[in-house]
Amino acid sequence: MLKQGTFDLKTGAGLIACPRCDALHIEEELQDGETARCIRCETVLASPRGGAFARLIALSFTTMVLMMGAIFFPFLEITRMGFGNATSLFGVVLAFADGVLLPLVLLMLVVVAGLPVLRAFLMVYVLVPLAQGRAPYRHAARAFRWSESLRPWSMAEIFIIGTGVALVKVAGLASVHLGPAFWAFCGLILVNVASRSFMCQTTIWDAIEDGGLATDGRELVDPKAQATGT
Amino acid sequence: MSDQLDHTGPVMTAHHAGLIGCRSCGRAWPAAQDRCGRCGEHLAPPDRRCLQRVWAWWFAGLIMYIPANVFPMMRTQTLAGLHGSSESTIIEGVIELIHYGNYDIAAIVFIASVVVPMAKFIAISWLALAAGRPATVDQAHTRLKVYEVVEFIGRWSMIDVFVVAILSALVQLGFVASIHPGPAAVSFALSVAFTMLSAQSFDPRLIWRGLPLRHNNKT
Repeated sequence: MLKQGTFDLKTGAGLIACPRCDALHIEEELQDGETARCIRCETVLASPRGGAFARLIALSFTTMVLMMGAIFFPFLEITRMGFGNATSLFGVVLAFADGVLLPLVLLMLVVVAGLPVLRAFLMVYVLVPLAQGRAPYRHAARAFRWSESLRPWSMAEIFIIGTGVALVKVAGLASVHLGPAFWAFCGLILVNVASRSFMCQTTIWDAIEDGGLATDGRELVDPKAQATGT
Repeated sequence: MSDQLDHTGPVMTAHHAGLIGCRSCGRAWPAAQDRCGRCGEHLAPPDRRCLQRVWAWWFAGLIMYIPANVFPMMRTQTLAGLHGSSESTIIEGVIELIHYGNYDIAAIVFIASVVVPMAKFIAISWLALAAGRPATVDQAHTRLKVYEVVEFIGRWSMIDVFVVAILSALVQLGFVASIHPGPAAVSFALSVAFTMLSAQSFDPRLIWRGLPLRHNNKT
């Protein structure tokens, strides 16, 4: 049986359904550092970390700065028989500007550089007011939802492994050097890993809701409410 | 929903309670509602209808995977074609790498562009076929794990596409050597994208449907 807490089985107020297995849980405010797992499938439902918003904002700005370097500086330079070529990500696109493969390369630029930057902007848009304790911006909910659904499509780290493979393949053909953009991309991967460890979607959704957006007062859950049942 | 709870109690699902859970933010809503009031995500009940989309993307991915393997991935020209120009498909590229002794890189390319896509096709079709069938709790845990692996690993198949794009932009040394992408690069990229969409369309809540709601004593 569901133990008594502040929830409404008719409207779903105060309840959380696990997105992986549909098990119902009664919402409860967590302390920083605590982790909530689904009782059925053990998926992490929430794991708030202290100071996460400020850190995520900082990491988002880091992403934007590093990406500038990663796009415009060369990431590989090759020479053979006196012929040389240096390629920046931007140069890749220019090289195909009139080819039939332009769509492929544009898509690559979007996936490798565009989406990480877009996601960084969205995170800043969502989190800055929340970190300052103000009401979230009007489209914060949509921005955060987009940012989350774009996550699998931002592929900077895959691009780096690809660069490594390309390096080996071309090594027999010409001599190759790594450019500054390569290291910028490596930095981006570390930033990405760090921001993922601070990221807790549930906490951000709660903060957006608490901040006055799309709220219907259901945040006022009795902290002593014990979770789950029937 | 915290750690200190006893994990022995039976489980109530949103579906059984006549509610519908948002897959994006987790909020539960009355079953009649079709948009989440918190995050604006479209609410879908955990039923087999989502499998249609899974299969549609799955077939699209499979169809694009055929030209990706038959046509050349890239064309290498040395000394303006005098020294010969070579075209290589995915498999030929791997063999070439082995030929030059780059076994580890060959392994990366082989795993990323042959093993992973194949395993993904098999895993998604298995999940879609098994979805909604009766299973034990342990089986459901295994399926969820498989789903999470598929979801995580899918994007890594893009490596080969990136390699071709990088190489063909980089190796433009005019007379000396040049590399051009082949038609397989596009179809491989599409195949990977379609299978990613297929995996995303799959609703993992289907894995758990029809399971006994009494929870096992695992913590």
